[in-house]
Amino acid sequence: MTRSVIELPVHAEDRRIARLAALAIGLTLAEAALPSPIPGVKPGLANIVILLVLLQHGWRAAAWVSALRVLAGGLLFGSLFAPGFWLSAAGALASLLVLALARHLPPAFFGPVSLSVLAAFGHIGGQLALAGWWLLPAAALIKLLPVFATAALIFGTVNGIIVTRVLAASTSDRRQSAPCTPP
Amino acid sequence: MSVLGPGTGLRLGDVGVLLAGTACVAGLTLWSWGGGPGNTAVIRAAGQVVETTALTRTHTFSIGGPLGITQVEIQPGRARIAVDPSPRQLCVKQGWLTQAGQVALCLPNQVSLEIRGRNTTYDTLGY
Repeated sequence: MTRSVIELPVHAEDRRIARLAALAIGLTLAEAALPSPIPGVKPGLANIVILLVLLQHGWRAAAWVSALRVLAGGLLFGSLFAPGFWLSAAGALASLLVLALARHLPPAFFGPVSLSVLAAFGHIGGQLALAGWWLLPAAALIKLLPVFATAALIFGTVNGIIVTRVLAASTSDRRQSAPCTPP
Repeated sequence: MSVLGPGTGLRLGDVGVLLAGTACVAGLTLWSWGGGPGNTAVIRAAGQVVETTALTRTHTFSIGGPLGITQVEIQPGRARIAVDPSPRQLCVKQGWLTQAGQVALCLPNQVSLEIRGRNTTYDTLGY
């Protein structure tokens, strides 16, 4: 074994972020194959991963996974630094900022569905804000707002329910090996 | 605190967020697609404006056309074609018009009723 001069220590958290980012990128690619009536109306399946990371490993990890997803997605689609990439980045950034605030909501009342819906509105809000400022006349976007908002509400709800299910499944797996504690 | 059973995992605040989201979508839809409530009725016969009236008080106009008399009924906030001699009665079946931009056309009798708000949806209408 040769000793390398430059050492880049890889921590367990790095590996975890890389693994989760790969999962998010995979979902982004799979989603691109789905036909969509309007560009921009997508289920946002990668947000399921971002939300799970947020709830299990914190906001920093979620931001890393999200940034890696946007960057690698841009590389894989060949749209790095093209308008589509910046729209994706603006959506991801706005969604992360919304989540940074929304995760402080009391968890007794606000579950993953709330976070998911708020993040979805943040996502579409960030994208439309950039598109209106940079790409399209705002008047054309205003007519499309209800379509995007409806999609955000529906897909945000569905993704949130999926996150709830996944979390419930992972905690019940853990409970089977531990003694059950009454609430 | 699960309100819809343990299966969905929906909590009280989630329901609130969903309701707020639905209200937001509905508001956006009205704001961007709806012309807003109308306040003026414009009646045309054979393409010429014959009456422009505010939707403030109950009133009935009788407009003559090639087939006979079309009656336009005005009430506070709404207007409709009450009677028309056209064979298929399409404009009568449209019922009350309330939103700016709504139009009832009685083509056989060449009468139209258009609702206008603060912003007009169309510059002009012609046959």
